[in-house]
Parts: sequence; structure tokens; C-alpha cells
Amino acid sequence: MKYWCFFKIRFTTSLQYRAAALAGIVTQFAWGSLLILLFRAFYESNPAAFPLPFASLTSYIWLQQAFLTLLAPWAYNTEIMDSIQNGTIAYELCRPTDLYTMWFVKNTAERCAKVCLRGLPILIVAGFLPAPYGFSLPSGGINFFLFILSLLLGHMVVVALNMLLFITAFYTTSTQGSRILFNNVAEFLFGGVVPLPFFPPAVLAVLNFLPFSAIQNTPFLLYTGYYPAGSAVKNMCIQIFWIVILITAGHRWLKKSFRKITVMGG
Amino acid sequence: MMQLYLKYAAIILKGRMQDKASFFFGILGQALASLSSFFAVYFIFYRFKTVKGFSFSEVLLCFSLSLISFSFAECFARGFDRFAVFISDGTFDRMLVRPRNTVFQVAASTMEFSRIGRFIEAAIVFIYALSTCGISFSAGRIAALAMMFAGSCALFSGMFVLYAALCFFTLEGLEFINIFTDGAREFGEYPLAVYGKRVLKFCTFVIPYALVQYYPFLYVTGRSSRAWYILLPLAGIVFLLPCYVFWRFGLRHYVSTGS
Repeated sequence: MKYWCFFKIRFTTSLQYRAAALAGIVTQFAWGSLLILLFRAFYESNPAAFPLPFASLTSYIWLQQAFLTLLAPWAYNTEIMDSIQNGTIAYELCRPTDLYTMWFVKNTAERCAKVCLRGLPILIVAGFLPAPYGFSLPSGGINFFLFILSLLLGHMVVVALNMLLFITAFYTTSTQGSRILFNNVAEFLFGGVVPLPFFPPAVLAVLNFLPFSAIQNTPFLLYTGYYPAGSAVKNMCIQIFWIVILITAGHRWLKKSFRKITVMGG
Repeated sequence: MMQLYLKYAAIILKGRMQDKASFFFGILGQALASLSSFFAVYFIFYRFKTVKGFSFSEVLLCFSLSLISFSFAECFARGFDRFAVFISDGTFDRMLVRPRNTVFQVAASTMEFSRIGRFIEAAIVFIYALSTCGISFSAGRIAALAMMFAGSCALFSGMFVLYAALCFFTLEGLEFINIFTDGAREFGEYPLAVYGKRVLKFCTFVIPYALVQYYPFLYVTGRSSRAWYILLPLAGIVFLLPCYVFWRFGLRHYVSTGS
């Protein structure tokens, strides 16, 4: 119950940034449009090489823009890492809460609030764009249901991944380096630069063994029907597998880090 | 002034070197960032072979030029990128009482040396692209490449200044400007005509990205023989002028946040 309160507090705080959300919507809309124009050029140059229908790709891109703050590996708040750095973590340690759960919940709340402000407007506007450039309806009702479920799982994967990054702050004096490293590698591997279906098949086969493809790729491809509804169970099991692994690892590692932590006075 | 700037640079570098692990991670991270954009282009061309008649090495030329000039501009104009922080924490108020030009001080206040990682990476791609694209080099083409670099650096720096100048009014950074900085870098990896006529027109007449990239690029690759295209990147340098004027205008309207 107390974690639910953490969720609510952080959720309502994050809802306050409405002007920032509007600016974000405009940015992401422009970004998505340019990406679609770029892929259109490739489509026109060689339509046979396109791995999925053009309309599916545009839906993928719009979903990516809409759920950016929910799923992007780099869209975390640096507050936790800062608190480890500057020592305010001492206050958190005094509380009778499990730190891992609290951080996890706070991050979830923040990402959810941001996506509430940004996600829907982007999808609605994109829905009015003419086909094939617009956002289209899911390939079936069951796909939509599976998409929502998989979206939530993907969100948990990314937050669990972020937690591992936060814990590295116990071991470095400056977090800037590890953040840049994480942000860039994860952004690429989760399909933020090029949607994963466009990767060469051999590379994709390797990527499927990493947690990154379980973040946005699985739900989006379920939505467009690229992954048939029948494969949903298998795909979501992979997502759950990663959630379990990453959370267990993070939990253990955090406990281990506490053993060596020294909080300076002052 | 130059001496003072170098002194600032030396101090910042010294400060960054205090935590060597983080500094090198930063460089590595930057290198990986451009490595991933390189792979993005590579993977896409692995599949499609060509886009609108441009080959892989030709696009790589555009790609590396965009990255080189952006990392250059970002390294030295980083202060403007972080300007919203300077306003909100009062750093800028301190600058105002010093007897030096504000643009100079903001530019000298921070330098992002980790961008060297991106720079080296892009330079390697640039050399690779030059050696494989099969362009026979004349003095004019080399001049055009140099102009593209200078023009893009100036244009990117101008956009950073513009972004900072807007902060005088909004007090916080406006995310949509990202489209014109980070976005221009990402999307400028391809010849701008691939985005269609409307985008090209915007990049010709509103913000002159196409003048520093697309048109001189046509000359470099031999698609156009108009030698005056070499001079078009000057537009990037001219663009600094309105940016500076806007900065002055914003400065006059600046009211401190009081912190």
C-alpha cells in the first residue's frame, strides 16, 4: 500500500509539466514525420526489400513516438543517481521501505504520467494523417489486447534495466560516462534508431537473446500483426523471463552495494 | 581574447581529467553513439543498397560531414546548449557583471571534450567514404567539402545560440528546438532531398541546412557542375548574424530569475 502512495505522489507531480509535454509532442511529431519521410525514400528506391508493409512501419514509428517516455531506455530521471552521488540517499535508507521497490515504483509512475500527457495526443493527430502515413488501427481486437499486455511488460523490462544503471552510481564518482554509454547502446539495440525488423536477420537473431528487443519491439509488432497473435505467448514469456532476471539481479546487486556504502557526514 | 579562451579551455580540460574513468567512458560513449548511427546507416543500406540514386559511400560522406561538424560545434558551443541552467541557477547573472562579452563568456564557460570520441569516429568514416566513393578530386571539390564543413559548423553553432537566446524569454529550454539541432544532425546524415520537396524547400529558404549540405554535395558528387554551389555554405556563416541579433534582443529583455 505504501508503494501505491509513492506511485500516486510521483504520478501527480509528473503530471504538472504540461508545457514541457506540449513542446515534447510537437518535437516527437516532427521527428516521427521526418523518419517516415526517410523510410518513404527507401521504400520508393527498393520496395521489395521492405520487411513489413509500409503502413505497418508508420504505425510502428507513431507508436514509438507516442510511447517514448514510457519505453525509451534513456527516458529516466537522474534523481536517483544524483541522490547516490550527493548522499541524500541516507534519508531514503532511514525509511522502512524496500529501496528497490520504491525506486522501481517511482520510475514507473513518472514514465506513466509522462506518457499520459504525451502519448494519446500524438496517436490521435497521427490517426488523422492520410494512409499510409498515418497511425492505423490494430490488425485485430485480440492484437490490441495482446499489445496492451505486452506494452506493460515491456515497460517493466526497461525500468528493471534502468535500475541496474542506477546501481552503477554506487561504484563511480561521476555517472555521466556510464549514462552516455548506456543511453546510446540501449537506444540502438532496442530499435530506437532503426526499427528492429530492418536489422539484418543474423544480427536480429543475436539481438533476440538480449533484453532490449523485449521492450518496444514485441508490443509494437504484436500491434501491427507482424508477430501473429499465436506467437504472443512465446514472446511475452520472453518478456517475463527478462523481468524476472533483471529484477532479481538488481535486487541482489543493490543489497550487495549497501554493504559497502559509506555515507559521509555534513 | 583568444588567450583567455584557451585558458578557460585548459581549466575545463584539467577539471574533466580529474575523474579520468568518467572522462574516457564519456569519450567511449560518444564514439559508440556515432558508431550506432553508422550501423544504422549500414544496416539500412545492407537491405536497400541505394536511396534516391545515392550510393552507400556517398551517403557516408554526408553522414560523416554532418557528425564531424556537429561534434565540433557541440564541443565549443555547448555552453549555449546548457544555457537554461545558467539562467535558472544565476550563473548568467554573474557573467553579466564581468567586463567581457556575454557570448564569449557563455561559449567559454563549458567545453564538451568528450565529443572528440564522436569526432574521431566520424573522421574515420569520412576518410573511408572519400576513398570508396570514386570521386575524382579537383580543387573545386575539395574547396566545396571544406566549405560544407565550415558552413555546417557555423549553422549548428548558430542554432545553439538561437536556442539559448529563446531561453531569455522562456527561462527553460524548449524541447522542440531539438529538431533543429539533434534532429538536423540525425536527419542530415542523408542528402536532404530524400525527405521530399517540402522539407528541401524549408531547408533552403527558412533554415539553410540544404545550402551547407545538399547543394554543395551535388557539386562534390558531380551531379551538378555549377561551381557557384561551392559558395553556398557561406549562408551558414551569414546565418550567425540574425542569431546574434536575436541574442542581443533577448539580452535586452532579460530579467534575472533572482537565484
